Amino acid sequence: MIDLLGYGAFFTSSALIFGLIALGLNLQWGQTGLFNVGIAGFVAIGAYTSAILTTPETADRIGGFDWPILAGWLAAALVTAAAAAFTGFATLRLKSDYLAITTFGVAVVVQLVALNAQSLTGGPFGVAFIPRPFANLQDQPALFNFINLGVIAAVTVAVYLALEHLSRSPWGRVLKALREDERAAISLGKSARSYRIQAFAAGGAVMGLAGAVQAHFIGFIAPNGYLPTLTFQVWAMLMVGGSGSNRGAILGSIVVWAIWVGAGAFSAAVVPGDWQARAASLQIVAIGVMLCLILLWRPQGFFGPNGFLGKRRLK
Amino acid sequence: MNLQFIVDGLISGSLIGLGAIGITLTYSILRFSNFAHGDFMAWGAYGTLSVVAAIGALVGTTAPIGALSFGWPLIAATIIGMILTACLALLLDWLLFARLRDKGQSIIVVMASFGASMALRSLLEFIFTSSPTYFSRGIQMAIPVGFGIRITPDQMVMLATTVILVTGMHLFMSRSQTGREMRAYSQNPALARVVGIDTARVVRATWIIGAALACAAGVMVGILVQIRPLMGLDLLLPMFAAAILGGIGSVPGAVLGGLIIGLSEAAAVQLIGAEWRAAIAFAILMAVLLVRPMGLFGRAER
Repeated sequence: MIDLLGYGAFFTSSALIFGLIALGLNLQWGQTGLFNVGIAGFVAIGAYTSAILTTPETADRIGGFDWPILAGWLAAALVTAAAAAFTGFATLRLKSDYLAITTFGVAVVVQLVALNAQSLTGGPFGVAFIPRPFANLQDQPALFNFINLGVIAAVTVAVYLALEHLSRSPWGRVLKALREDERAAISLGKSARSYRIQAFAAGGAVMGLAGAVQAHFIGFIAPNGYLPTLTFQVWAMLMVGGSGSNRGAILGSIVVWAIWVGAGAFSAAVVPGDWQARAASLQIVAIGVMLCLILLWRPQGFFGPNGFLGKRRLK
Repeated sequence: MNLQFIVDGLISGSLIGLGAIGITLTYSILRFSNFAHGDFMAWGAYGTLSVVAAIGALVGTTAPIGALSFGWPLIAATIIGMILTACLALLLDWLLFARLRDKGQSIIVVMASFGASMALRSLLEFIFTSSPTYFSRGIQMAIPVGFGIRITPDQMVMLATTVILVTGMHLFMSRSQTGREMRAYSQNPALARVVGIDTARVVRATWIIGAALACAAGVMVGILVQIRPLMGLDLLLPMFAAAILGGIGSVPGAVLGGLIIGLSEAAAVQLIGAEWRAAIAFAILMAVLLVRPMGLFGRAER
């Protein structure tokens, strides 16, 4: 029983971390209409930043500054925001496709740096011994799992409330105005480019924070944790949840993560060993098809304000 | 510095350029950046590989042509593969892209292409597994051509094929009726419709050309390097960078952009090491976006 509860805590923690990333994406895409195909890259920037700053000193790579965890998280958010702001600065005066292509490139380059800059990132072996919050409780696994869940849930709720507040603030209303009628907003003296860069950077900060939280939750990071599949999963989560809705982003993440984990467990139990890798590819095919079907038939998602669980509203 | 990088760069550059033609046409005519384009390459290569196997099963082993690593079955299979890849692109357009294009938000189409790309790639991994495969496992002797440069017969033929394909494309776009219609449509869709250009035909031609060239490039990668489900994904960033460097909508620009990127990558491999190769395309892309976003031959975006 306690095992099952412990697993439940672990599952919810993982799902909520995805929820955090999806919240960041929702600020970029759902609220502002900025297409980010390099989520994995931004999450990785946050994870590596915090890992390098907070790990104890090591001989074989730069870093290991032994910072407190919270300082690492803050730095992760700031560094990722800066990376996102620069990406936005370079592309947001052009058509939206350029941002998409550039974020794709960011993910490629971050992956490359993670793999090859051995002296900074540990190369393919990654960074281990990342301090975990409340590590002194590690000998009581159940309690430790629940406290970690509590920490992650607290971060998620804090980010959720902050984003809800932001979207109702004057700043959020400008974003909405830019999305609904760009020309009208510009004629009122709002700089579309500047607001979009700010929104993209803020969304990037949330993704970086999520990456850092995940790194400290697992205690170990490596380049293959930040492959394009991650980007893709988060997109599926936001689309299922309903882009534009912060609640939808979190609920969508839990649902899609449950489907993903469930399908994985199912294929591990049913599929013979040498077909496991192929079954895993089929899982991604299914998510890709699902994403396309949602775009075709249900672009508003399922859990947003217009979803079947929410209030139906006429526009 | 060893001059061998010129041959290597020209070859990878022409592969990138061939792929970038499809990207630039899709962008300027269908108005979206197609993230699934790299997967057309991979599907083309695997499709051709399957046809080669089928021909082999029907007629038995055939002798390779001259000093090349392949015989007539591969040439025939490539043509069939190009047709199959074009069919795949048209099918995808009919199932997905055309429906979303009608809704009018181009960025949704980009997202759909991203989803389709992931699904297509993983489907290849499911069917063929992720381990690499080859058209031929033979080793070719490189022929020295002076200045310390060596080139294999396969590489020479691939370069010649690229020249023929690109010249053909240029003549098609500038001389044929369909090519003129495509250019007219890319410059002003509304006006093109007014003068009676068949939009559906232009869209079809764009997909067929883009997919067929992607397949040709995929087969060349297969002959010169290897075939993997991820081969298209790895070339996607260089192809986008080439299309933007050349100026979106310009076929010669895409090819020239591809060559510049190929040569820079090959030079970088010698100067800073092979592991950083993939970053070159990104560096060039960022430089173009910051300095001259319309690219070499592009028109300013409105």
